[in-house]
Amino acid sequence: MAARPVIIYNDAVVKKFVIATMFWGVVAFLVGVYIASELAWPSLNLGLSFINFGRLRPVHTSAAIFAFGGSALLGTSFYVVQRTCRARLWGGEALADFVFWGYQFFIVMAALSYVMGFSQGQEYAEPEWHIDLWLTIVWVCYLLIFLGTILKREEPHIYVANWFYLAFIVTIAMLHIVNNAAVPISMYSAKSYTVYSGVQNALVQWWYGHNAVGFFLTAGFLGMMYYFIPKAAGRPIYSYRLSIVHFWAIIFLYIWAGPHHLLWTALPDWTQTLGMAFSIMLWMPSWGGMINGLMTLSGAWDKLRTDPGLRFSVTAVGFYGMSTFEGPVMSLREVNALSHYTDWGIGHVHSGALGWVAFITFGAMYYLVPALWGRKALYSTRLASWHYWIATMGIVLYIVSMWVAGIMEGLMWRAYDKFGFLQYSFVESVVAIHPFMIVRMLGGVCFLLGILIMVYNLIRTVTSPTTEQPRQGLAAVAPHLGLAGA
Amino acid sequence: MFIRHEWFEKNAIFLLAGTLVTVAVGGIVEIVPLFTIETTVEHVEGMRPYSPLELRGRDIYVREGCYVCHSQQIRTLRDEVERYGHYSIAAESMYDHPFQWGSKRIGPDLARVGGKYSSDWHYAHLKNAQEVVPESLMPHYAFLEETAIDPTDLQQRMRTLRIVGVPYTDEEITNARVDMAAQANPDADSAKLMARYPKANIVPGNGHQVTEMDALVAYLQVLGTLVNFADTSTERLQQ
Repeated sequence: MAARPVIIYNDAVVKKFVIATMFWGVVAFLVGVYIASELAWPSLNLGLSFINFGRLRPVHTSAAIFAFGGSALLGTSFYVVQRTCRARLWGGEALADFVFWGYQFFIVMAALSYVMGFSQGQEYAEPEWHIDLWLTIVWVCYLLIFLGTILKREEPHIYVANWFYLAFIVTIAMLHIVNNAAVPISMYSAKSYTVYSGVQNALVQWWYGHNAVGFFLTAGFLGMMYYFIPKAAGRPIYSYRLSIVHFWAIIFLYIWAGPHHLLWTALPDWTQTLGMAFSIMLWMPSWGGMINGLMTLSGAWDKLRTDPGLRFSVTAVGFYGMSTFEGPVMSLREVNALSHYTDWGIGHVHSGALGWVAFITFGAMYYLVPALWGRKALYSTRLASWHYWIATMGIVLYIVSMWVAGIMEGLMWRAYDKFGFLQYSFVESVVAIHPFMIVRMLGGVCFLLGILIMVYNLIRTVTSPTTEQPRQGLAAVAPHLGLAGA
Repeated sequence: MFIRHEWFEKNAIFLLAGTLVTVAVGGIVEIVPLFTIETTVEHVEGMRPYSPLELRGRDIYVREGCYVCHSQQIRTLRDEVERYGHYSIAAESMYDHPFQWGSKRIGPDLARVGGKYSSDWHYAHLKNAQEVVPESLMPHYAFLEETAIDPTDLQQRMRTLRIVGVPYTDEEITNARVDMAAQANPDADSAKLMARYPKANIVPGNGHQVTEMDALVAYLQVLGTLVNFADTSTERLQQ
């Protein structure tokens, strides 16, 4: 084949997103540790409105999902789509920079609004209407850039990772617009009322909430998996056919699963049953993704010993498999009767958020930073290993303590004494889980410590003379060339 | 095969459209009927929009993120019904914009907390929960007592709620500020307030201004009290 022209990719915006990802990761985990401590020692609320658990909890969830996870998704999607399409980002640098700064502005506005007392009062959709409108504008620009880049691609096929990224972008747009439909009390007031009420509001919200998990925290990160695991392992995807089947199956089935957040409630039974049935079916395409990710390592498992980034990615896929099995189990009415409203749910979310989302992101970042900044390797694989083990310990402490606490709460709430009366008052269950609140907080501290080690390692990777590329040649001028092509 | 996957792999617009159609189906099948099937929200007596003071209390409940620790949804399980009262029905949150069913019980369910404790208990508990329940994890909300409610946008709030479907009458909106003051002042003439908003709970107040604390207590005291389940039957509650 004739030599193909050199394409200079827009890596400047990707670098910005990488830095934002690490920054927001630290913020999200720090706030998480603080609110976990508030639940162990409530005097830490300090009687101050802006630091109360009720206002800080959305700061933690938004920082983790939208700031840390979102920056990772936007950054990696820009990196991946350019390389797998052999095309520079559509729309020019200014538009890409607008998406970066616009998105960061959205995050800061949202966090400030929560602590100042503005909230729509719907989980994971707390920002008020004016912030929602702003995000809509930024998101449409993001979609245009991503789609425009695919449209001008030089590769005949659209690579698998891009299907997942595209599904993530489009579906989040749909969910965001429908769930945040609200009427402000005045054009000059931040306060609004959602157009839905009661039971309809509940289902629209959990259709949104569950698919924020399904498309933001799953489909998007599967896109990440489909690029960075094959790249780091140096192996092609295990099964192309499996990726087709599980892509369409997962995006079709996920949407139905929202009602499993509303079992045994005033939501009509038929809707609950549909949600439950689809949640169980969802197990299969979820594991389709897991199998495809893990089997890609066939013949390259030895790299886990030498590449700590890949170790993060592969462990992430393991946690993904575990939480996508736990999820359908918890969606069964009988299990949900025990698990709902308890800390089991919190543990489940964190096995996905820490084990899957954060770990796959860490894997991608350990790969990206040397690649983007033209360094031959990480500053220290030893430190990355320390990060891996400390963070893994943190996850284990977190989810095990939450399993114990959650099942204990569920059992205590339904326990009867020999006279047929409820055995425990509510507050007795609060006292009983206190030790596990502390263990959970320690798990969070481990995870925070891990990312701080990572940040140090990445900064040294970029600045240390020991990681400089040995040759001054084309590779140093355009480091992406060595990495281009999927 | 009838559909060739190549179409989607080589055409970004096909892929985009195919994805959008695929993800739209589930939501349409599950959500749209909730608006069209008449029995989704039961027909029961007693439900009314929130009084102005309750409404402002509810806004504070939403603002402070109370829903992250307290559910408002009693499930149809024996132990929940015995602990909290009759299971929640859809009609009870029909005027809730947004719904506040919650997803986690760090504290107990509040769907029927109305009337369970005295208003004085609520004031003391909101100010310093540990003084009333030493083991409690609840933050202190003493600052609510120091913040007066700004009544200027009250009618705007009610009009906006009318746009999204809450049946406030012109009379109710006109008298909103009078009604709000009356509900936080035991000495005021509350006959008209009670006629417009039956079962409204008059809170003690401090005599000179309506505070956010008054509003929140008025809201908590009405939760789950509007529907009288003695007047209805299981058949009528079927969705």
